[in-house]
Amino acid sequence: MKIVFTTSGETLEAPLDGRFGRASKFILYDLEKDYYEVIDNRKSLNSAQGAGIQAAEAMVRAGAGGVVTGHCGPNAFRALSAAGIAIYSCGEPTVAAALEAFRSGALKPMESSDVEGHWI
Amino acid sequence: MSGAIIEELVVISGKGGTGKTSLTASFAVLAGNPVIADCDVDAADLHLVLAPGVRERHEFRGGHEAVIRMEECAGCGICLDYCRFDAVKMIREPNGRPSYAVDQVSCEGCGVCVRFCPARAIDFTERVCGEWMVSATRCGPMIHARLGLAAENSGKLVSIVRREARRIAEDNGIGMIIVDGPPGIGCPVISSLTGASIALVVTEPTVSGEHDLERILALAKHFSVPTAVCVNKWDINPSMTERIEKMAGEADARTVGRIRYDSGVTRAQLRQLAVVETDAPSADDIRHVWDNLVDLNPNP
Amino acid sequence: MILAVASGKGGTGKTTVSVNLARIFGSPVQLLDCDVEEPNSHLFIKGKPDNREIASIKVPEVDESRCDACGECGRLCQYHAIALLGPAPLVFPELCHGCGGCEKVCPRGAIREIDRRIGIVETMEADGITLIQGRLDVGVAMAPPLVRAVKSRLQSGVPAILDAPPGTSCPVIATIRGSDFVALVTEPTPFGLHDLELAVDMVRELGIPFGVVINRVGAGDDRVHAFCGGNKIPVLLEIPDDRRIAEAYSRGELVVDALPEYRSLFSTLLWKIRGSRGKERRAGHVRRDN
Repeated sequence: MKIVFTTSGETLEAPLDGRFGRASKFILYDLEKDYYEVIDNRKSLNSAQGAGIQAAEAMVRAGAGGVVTGHCGPNAFRALSAAGIAIYSCGEPTVAAALEAFRSGALKPMESSDVEGHWI
Repeated sequence: MSGAIIEELVVISGKGGTGKTSLTASFAVLAGNPVIADCDVDAADLHLVLAPGVRERHEFRGGHEAVIRMEECAGCGICLDYCRFDAVKMIREPNGRPSYAVDQVSCEGCGVCVRFCPARAIDFTERVCGEWMVSATRCGPMIHARLGLAAENSGKLVSIVRREARRIAEDNGIGMIIVDGPPGIGCPVISSLTGASIALVVTEPTVSGEHDLERILALAKHFSVPTAVCVNKWDINPSMTERIEKMAGEADARTVGRIRYDSGVTRAQLRQLAVVETDAPSADDIRHVWDNLVDLNPNP
Repeated sequence: MILAVASGKGGTGKTTVSVNLARIFGSPVQLLDCDVEEPNSHLFIKGKPDNREIASIKVPEVDESRCDACGECGRLCQYHAIALLGPAPLVFPELCHGCGGCEKVCPRGAIREIDRRIGIVETMEADGITLIQGRLDVGVAMAPPLVRAVKSRLQSGVPAILDAPPGTSCPVIATIRGSDFVALVTEPTPFGLHDLELAVDMVRELGIPFGVVINRVGAGDDRVHAFCGGNKIPVLLEIPDDRRIAEAYSRGELVVDALPEYRSLFSTLLWKIRGSRGKERRAGHVRRDN
């Protein structure tokens, strides 16, 4: 399974970004093969609206099975849920720490969005 | 995610012209080196008092516009038929042949004409619709912007200004952001409100102020932003002031003070000073409002 | 005649000018309140409610039985209002601009358009004034479709005054497009001048003749006068900085009723606007002062 972490950096030591739709990058981590790639989210950042939806479409194209982030707005939540992608809220400071939390089963899938739209 | 808490005060009004910007300028002085964000991108005025020295300029691109290549236009008129925004006009050429052109002011960049033009004669180009700036002022760093003519005020430029203000605050260890918000209740206001620590609604003791206050309070509540209210020029109509303060209370908004009608406010603006940088009588009222706002701070 | 009253800055007195002009018009007139986010004219022109309609825009609805998940709709949509994320497209109605593209592009005819409420349009009659106003539902982002809905209720042949929202972005453009004349209201201060300059650029871009009303003269300085003079922009009216005007306004009273000595000021404004328009028509073209 591939899990996506929202981030501002390009390595596992990079900070975990609290935003989904307007995160600057994603780290797509392949849990079976134990490697990752970085996906740029600049296109969504530049959207007037619908950044969360555009980012969700990117998740579908990347084949993500789950997303780990800080918070998720209502459009992104609806879009990811329709795509069958679980969203996990995590307060860890780095991608590496969030990956560890995910692997240990400490993270539970969100049942609804937890911030309003246009959350910066 | 950074551990420092950044307080973000957003000054809004619902109705325009109640004194938001004048008050924000004074708060910028009283806050002691905050980051200042002017989110009234349609008609930004704060820079007229704070006199920012621009350090960076960035283009703001948003959406697209359709541009018909006239030489290739077959004159079928499908673009005119399909356009929902009255943005296509027919031009009669000297030889009597009709051709079509897009009015850039009305074009909403939906791309329908581009997609359905049988001659593929329409370009879909990215639109530069404004710019945002990072500047230095005597009160602290300032992020501001200018939205271009007829641009869609979707709130995206507002989001960019807030995002950059937050980044500057984090990078410089500054714990407070003061935002001059836009008027109204639409998308730009929504973008300036979401996730703010506290919203201050500046209103006036008039039937218009009372009417518009109800709508802006509903909006702030909808987005779960703790809200405070202050009445500007309160002595124009004291009984209306009381009604407004009562309405605020009923909507769970805290009244943080009243500012008197004072010609000193305009005189300060003429001198390019914040009111609290002068000896105008209302300066005391403004300091009082600021002190009350600071007391409301949920993260002391 | 369609007269739009606008300003770059909020709170300069657009509504004051609009409602008082309507009051002294002297013959049947329509007053359209196009500030659909915060409509205020009805607080001054108290009429009998005549009609109230829900205003909607068209948003897509997908018939999943016909959809084959080709994704054409999502690829066309510029606003992410429809996106293929699962077995069938998901619609995000609040992002939809009502362009109709998805319905046209669907190869299987699986999309139809349905109405989505954005607000209401109300009509009221008061002593020869027909007040038509729009009120955007709180939380709805886009104002221009509702402005267009208000304007669609305009009766031809009867003069109209359009009270615009503040600023120069798309709800204002939607209001003033197609007007015969624009009165720009400002105040004689740095903020007033700055925002007037933005508004002048907007009106010139649209090619509509215009003039300036300066409100609260005496409260600031003469920079707005100097700007108008230097740019050959007619100053149609100067309203003095009279605290009694602010007080009457605060009570929801018309200036021309509460302070009858100001009636002649507004009559002169009306006369000047009619005169300015006359000059434009005789000149046979629209001036583009650039």
